[in-house]
Amino acid sequence: MFFLIIKRILLGFITLIIVSLITFVGTEVLPGDACTTYLEREAYGAALEACYERLGLNVPAHERYLSWAYNVIQGDFGYSLSGQMPINEVLGPRVKNSMVLASAAIIIGIPIALILGIVTALWRDKLPDITISTVTIFAMTIPEFISATLLILIVAIWLEWLPGIVIVPTDVTITELLPNIILPVIAIAMIMTAHMARMVRSSVIQVMSSDYVQMAILKGVPYWKMVFKHVLPNALLPAINVVALTIAWLLGGVVVTEVVFNYPGLGRLVIESISNRDLPTVQALAIILASIYVSINLIADLLTLMLNPRLKTLQIRK
Amino acid sequence: MEKIIQKVKNLSVGFKSQKGKEISILKNITTNIKKGETVGIVGESGSGKSTLALAMMGYVKQGLFTMGGECIFNSSNLLAMGNRELEKVRGRKIAMIPQNAGQSLTPNLKIGYQIDEALKLHTNLNKNERDKKISELLNKVRLPSPETIALRYPHELSGGQQQRVAVGMALAGNPDLLLLDEPTTGLDVTTQAHVLELLNFIAKDTGTSMVYVSHDLGAIAQVSDRIIVMYSGEIVLEGPARDILKQPIHPYTYGLLKSIPKLSLAGLPDSMPGSQPQPGAKTKGCSFYDRCNLAEDKCKKNSPNLEYVSELKTSVRCFNYKKLIEQKSEKQSNIKRNEKNIKINEILNLTDVSISYAKQKLLDQIFNKITDSNPTVKDINIDINKGETIALVGESGSGKSTILKSIAGLLRTKEGNIKFDQDRILSNDLKKRSSGDLRAIQLIFQNPDESLNPNHTVEEILAQPLKLYFGLSGEELKNNIIGLLEKVRLGKFYLARYPRQLSGGEKQRVAVARAFAAKPDVILCDEVTSALDVSVQAAVLNLLQQLKEDFGTTYIFVSHDLAVVRAISDRVAVLYQGRLCEIGPSKNVYKFPSHPYTEVLLGAVLEPDPDIKPKLVAEDIVEDKPPEKGCCFQGRCPRFLGDKCKNETPPWQIGDNGNAIRCHINIKDLEKKQNGN
Ligand SMILES: Nc1ncnc2c1ncn2[C@@H]1O[C@H](COP(=O)(O)OP(=O)(O)OP(=O)(O)O)[C@@H](O)[C@H]1O
Ligand code: SF4
Ligand code: SF4
Ligand SMILES: [Mg+2]
Repeated sequence: MFFLIIKRILLGFITLIIVSLITFVGTEVLPGDACTTYLEREAYGAALEACYERLGLNVPAHERYLSWAYNVIQGDFGYSLSGQMPINEVLGPRVKNSMVLASAAIIIGIPIALILGIVTALWRDKLPDITISTVTIFAMTIPEFISATLLILIVAIWLEWLPGIVIVPTDVTITELLPNIILPVIAIAMIMTAHMARMVRSSVIQVMSSDYVQMAILKGVPYWKMVFKHVLPNALLPAINVVALTIAWLLGGVVVTEVVFNYPGLGRLVIESISNRDLPTVQALAIILASIYVSINLIADLLTLMLNPRLKTLQIRK
Repeated sequence: MEKIIQKVKNLSVGFKSQKGKEISILKNITTNIKKGETVGIVGESGSGKSTLALAMMGYVKQGLFTMGGECIFNSSNLLAMGNRELEKVRGRKIAMIPQNAGQSLTPNLKIGYQIDEALKLHTNLNKNERDKKISELLNKVRLPSPETIALRYPHELSGGQQQRVAVGMALAGNPDLLLLDEPTTGLDVTTQAHVLELLNFIAKDTGTSMVYVSHDLGAIAQVSDRIIVMYSGEIVLEGPARDILKQPIHPYTYGLLKSIPKLSLAGLPDSMPGSQPQPGAKTKGCSFYDRCNLAEDKCKKNSPNLEYVSELKTSVRCFNYKKLIEQKSEKQSNIKRNEKNIKINEILNLTDVSISYAKQKLLDQIFNKITDSNPTVKDINIDINKGETIALVGESGSGKSTILKSIAGLLRTKEGNIKFDQDRILSNDLKKRSSGDLRAIQLIFQNPDESLNPNHTVEEILAQPLKLYFGLSGEELKNNIIGLLEKVRLGKFYLARYPRQLSGGEKQRVAVARAFAAKPDVILCDEVTSALDVSVQAAVLNLLQQLKEDFGTTYIFVSHDLAVVRAISDRVAVLYQGRLCEIGPSKNVYKFPSHPYTEVLLGAVLEPDPDIKPKLVAEDIVEDKPPEKGCCFQGRCPRFLGDKCKNETPPWQIGDNGNAIRCHINIKDLEKKQNGN
């Protein structure tokens, strides 16, 4: 199993290297570069030379990539173009804000999804299932930008309960941030929760109809004991990977929601730096998002591996 | 009178169709289970056996409901009990041993925990006593080192071991009644014989009553005191096991017994035409009418009642049963198989074939070297004659399918070669085989559900090979397809059907037709009848034989069922762990089995005759890898010689009967010893 973990981590690294190469090549291939963008119409002659000199763009591409990669490994993403400040300083608070948003959505969403999924499966085709399933299927079909806009319209504009737009400085403290994020969190969590609840439901239903659950019933195991001992561990195991995928997918949802709510997080930064053609920042963001994606999947795989006796022994034996 | 422990009274179970109609799948069942007896329930798939057994636990599967009647246990009706009360009966008074123990043990819980759970629920023992009891139970079902087994997860045991654990778990509550649903189906012959022997022992030892459900009359014959035969949700025959097996007085049972191939008889079994009516299909007359050769007009109009024949102590549901009593001395008239016209023209030669599943290391891949010193299949030399049927037999994991796959080009051979038509070596690589070679070798699989595309109609399925190999189209194509369907005795009206609209036997016929569409020289049959009921199996076997005689096709027939192999094959090759043990003409291998493994295999076959008991000469251990050196069978051989067998690969010897075996013991001595047994 040890080797497997090492292998997975290595694979993760390779993915990251490929992502960085693609973004790097992408920015190289695009017409123009950081200096022409920055200098705009003055991009000729000595000014351009000086800019190249300053940003180190006059060395061959592969050398630039290597030195960039070397710096990234040491945690230094270089300078942002538009703000003319270290990218690390730009990113720091943004990462924190987005994390707050995403983790709030996850902390609220996962337990609700589990409970809804299990309840709908155990009361399959009865009233609780029919009501909850209708709502979840409905929630699944509304994209975030619509649900976010609707939330703003109803809760913020009509009812005036909560602020509709987040107007806080980027480096706000978490306690100041919290009341502002209720609506964005709901917008993000809704789709995710609905998806996971459906998935948990079908997984539990499948296990409930398995031979071993029938056997447990025929053995005389009381209902709730059967649910907790025989059904849930087997039903939720495959859910781990889906949860990971959902979380990774939530990153995309975060981008949209942040823009709608004007929330100072990574998502908005992505949009901003793309429209400013701030290539170093775009590169840094690509790497960060990719690493989050890779590590979430890695964690999910390892968890599955640890919890599934079947995989565990297989690996040990090999 | 003996004490009755379970009384089933007028039980009907059914489901609601989509149109809201109530359709019964058990019709008015009445029977009693007495204390200490073992009752076998037998019938084709879909006859309601399992539903009846489950009802005896007060359990009705989701989607079904009780339409009437009761199951009385300890003077209370289980079907009217609430879940709380049932929990006290299930596992404690009545326990179930499921069909597929592998799927019936919860995968995330250790064996020990699952038995402990039953003990906690149904006994008052404390932790220490329970631990002791777990070992005791595992010991009782003859599992080696119970302490380590208890710590394992279900997937870490072999099929036979899982089944034993299930038996042990069922015994935990010390039940009065054990229900067994196909407990040995899917196990290897030797394992099956061992599990049955264990069940017989437990029945005697504990005095528990048993209800044994199976489609396999061979297994039923070994355990039952009394037999209930079910057809289309009804009991059609019920009585003492011996009488029913020796003199079945219901036409269905009679036909069923005759469709089972027997070891002692060469030739194909009789097939029974038709298939069981679908639930809800018929309301008037005898449900067996369509398939019965004694049917008369009155059978069409009136349904016979279950009538008790006192001189035979048997109940039978048939107007004409007396006719069957009269023809009592009729011998089994098996259809003769045409064994002569085998030309000694070889069509396939397997020379020193070895096949490995081991992954190649990168370096070896680069140098195209295969280093596995202990491949899954090794040293296979078989010359196959044009027009013969050669069977490969062996337990699961013996490499039968692996060999077929590499003949078909689906798997690379590691060493050796396969020559076709004596002149060219078939390429290892499917893509490099010529279209002619691909056409010449066709494969039929075990499970037609998986091999027929569910989105294609029968017409489309059969059109594919005709278009591909012969470029047919239009009228000609259509005529050819209809011709093929007629060959496999299916009519024109099947053209537009999808596989899901066909019964298991019909699907397998379509698969056979598809194989013959290519006008192949060789057909590889991988367990083609194991998913079918015996009566359907007999029909498919007869069909294959007929087609072969018409077209002169060569069959390579893989099966774990030795009686089926006896019925269809001219020559048989016995495999163990991917190594050949014995090869020879079927009639001689079956009559004078020489290799110790052949002896073990044949000894374990269950025959539908209470007087023929299986001989258990070797342990049913499961080996997951062939031994590195010496004889492949050393681990289980009852005649093991020690170091010689361990270290030296045994030589080939050819006996007077034409059997070739691989063993260190002289073949003459082996023949003598086995006849002495
Ligand atoms: N894809 C695979 N990878 C590794 N090992 C395999 C693979 N397929 C089969 N084997 C192994 O090869 C051996 C022979 O397999 P094969 O399926 O040919 O046996 P068989 O005699 O047809 O068994 P059964 O009666 O269960 O079908 C077994 O030990 C099996 O575990
Ligand atoms: S009642 Fe008639 S149709 Fe039915 S089994 Fe007897 S003879 Fe055959
Ligand atoms: S060679 Fe030895 S181990 Fe192998 S079958 Fe013969 S006696 Fe048994
Ligand atoms: Mg096989």
